[in-house]
Amino acid sequence: MMPAYGVVAAGLLASMAMVSPAGAQGIAPADRKSGFETMGPDTQAMQRDDASNPAMLVVREGEALWAEPPGSGRPSCAGCHQDAPVTMKDVAARYPVLDHASGTPIDLAGRIQQCRTERQGAPAWARESRPLLALTTYVGQQSRGTTLEPFADAGLASFREQGKQLFSQRLGQLNLSCAMCHDDNWGRKLGGSIIPQGHANGYPLFRLEWQAVGSVQRRIRNCLTGVRAEPFAYGDPALVNLELYLKDRAAGLKVETPAVRP
Amino acid sequence: MAKALLKVPKTARKGEIITLSALFSHPMETGHRRDAEGQAVPRDIIALFTCQYDGMEIFRAELHPAISAYPMMQFTTVATVSGPITFTWTDEVGKSWKETTDITVAG
Amino acid sequence: MTKPPLLLDRRCVLVTLAGTAMFASVGPARAETADMEAAIKAFTKGAPVTRGKVKIDISPLVENGNSASIGVFVDHPQTAQAFVRKIALFNEKNPQPEVAVFHLNPRSGTSRVDTRIRLATTQQLAAVAELSDGTYWSDSQEVIITIAACLEE
Repeated sequence: MMPAYGVVAAGLLASMAMVSPAGAQGIAPADRKSGFETMGPDTQAMQRDDASNPAMLVVREGEALWAEPPGSGRPSCAGCHQDAPVTMKDVAARYPVLDHASGTPIDLAGRIQQCRTERQGAPAWARESRPLLALTTYVGQQSRGTTLEPFADAGLASFREQGKQLFSQRLGQLNLSCAMCHDDNWGRKLGGSIIPQGHANGYPLFRLEWQAVGSVQRRIRNCLTGVRAEPFAYGDPALVNLELYLKDRAAGLKVETPAVRP
Repeated sequence: MAKALLKVPKTARKGEIITLSALFSHPMETGHRRDAEGQAVPRDIIALFTCQYDGMEIFRAELHPAISAYPMMQFTTVATVSGPITFTWTDEVGKSWKETTDITVAG
Repeated sequence: MTKPPLLLDRRCVLVTLAGTAMFASVGPARAETADMEAAIKAFTKGAPVTRGKVKIDISPLVENGNSASIGVFVDHPQTAQAFVRKIALFNEKNPQPEVAVFHLNPRSGTSRVDTRIRLATTQQLAAVAELSDGTYWSDSQEVIITIAACLEE
């Protein structure tokens, strides 16, 4: 598998040098397609039916954690925010948002973590740990079906621009940018797979490759490893900026959390 | 905390063939994988899945590591009486988990 | 939106196919087939197996070998007088040949079972059914795994 991968990647790199315009041009709203549309019928069926989507078990865990006191004597999530299907409706679709205390963007997992440590007085969970993923997925599910909107907050503009620059920056030993695959060559094949547009409209999601639920940060780190770049650490502001740009770039698509992807 | 997602009709007519499905939260670790730190992940497999209804075992599956993580089983049975349907998953060291749901059978 | 085909695509596919063909023709493949045959023989306790009645329902192209949806059924009544007692699934190269054994009975109503399985690589699958009259029937199916380009490493 590895030698074949090397040949495929090197071939793509060589061809992209000829076909790629410089910089992220984005994808016109009318051409935007969720990764759902290009995946196989069996994988689509897993996402369509909640009873066959393993991520729904993680949603259930999140639902239980929502109501569970943190053990510090402070209230549970539900103690302040009551009924998540009401109070958290459409919230995840708006993240990352500007954190006014720090003046920088914060993603949903970061906000949950902040609530846990500062308001609930409980120890932080590791990024990508099961309880943090479960709560993020549960809150994320309350935006399922919501249409993503462009980010209007002027305070976010410079961070979104940093995310956009990172998206079109060549990285790693393969010297590829995100844009070279996901803006310029989506719909074509890399090995046996269709290159998706790379939209962040279904996270956290169940990925068959992971056999688990994971965050958009995990997925971006995979991509970085794929182009042989040193991945950013979980929680790195660069990953939050990139998520901000990805959500903006996906405007018009509907949130699918918790999605299923190959 | 819920370990399983069950799909069982709430009601059925007597004699009707119904489809049951059960998805279980389990990694089905083969013992051949390594984690991010390079440590071998120990084997952890659900080896047996059974379903009890109306006083008998209506389905049994012996499972091997070739079954995917979050093992899913879908099968059929004939609706006979109202009552509980119990699903049981047992791992290789004999630990087991049960989930039960009720069906109402008319006619 | 349409785009001209990327010429490199075809070359990549050829490289992949050549790799697959080479893999299929080398020695270990035959040993693996023998393993699967031995596992089937253990299931049937050496009784003869006739091809037919059984049907494996799986997409011939699987996106990710970690989770392939598969169904199996037997064209046979499911009554107290005549029924499918067991259906066993086998694979050639996982590397262990056993996948699952399903136990059915007259109250099953049908002999259809669906699950999700792992497939380490492109390979043959076999399903063998044991009927209430003690006869064994089988189906086999070739499945191609289209490996994703960007795997978790």
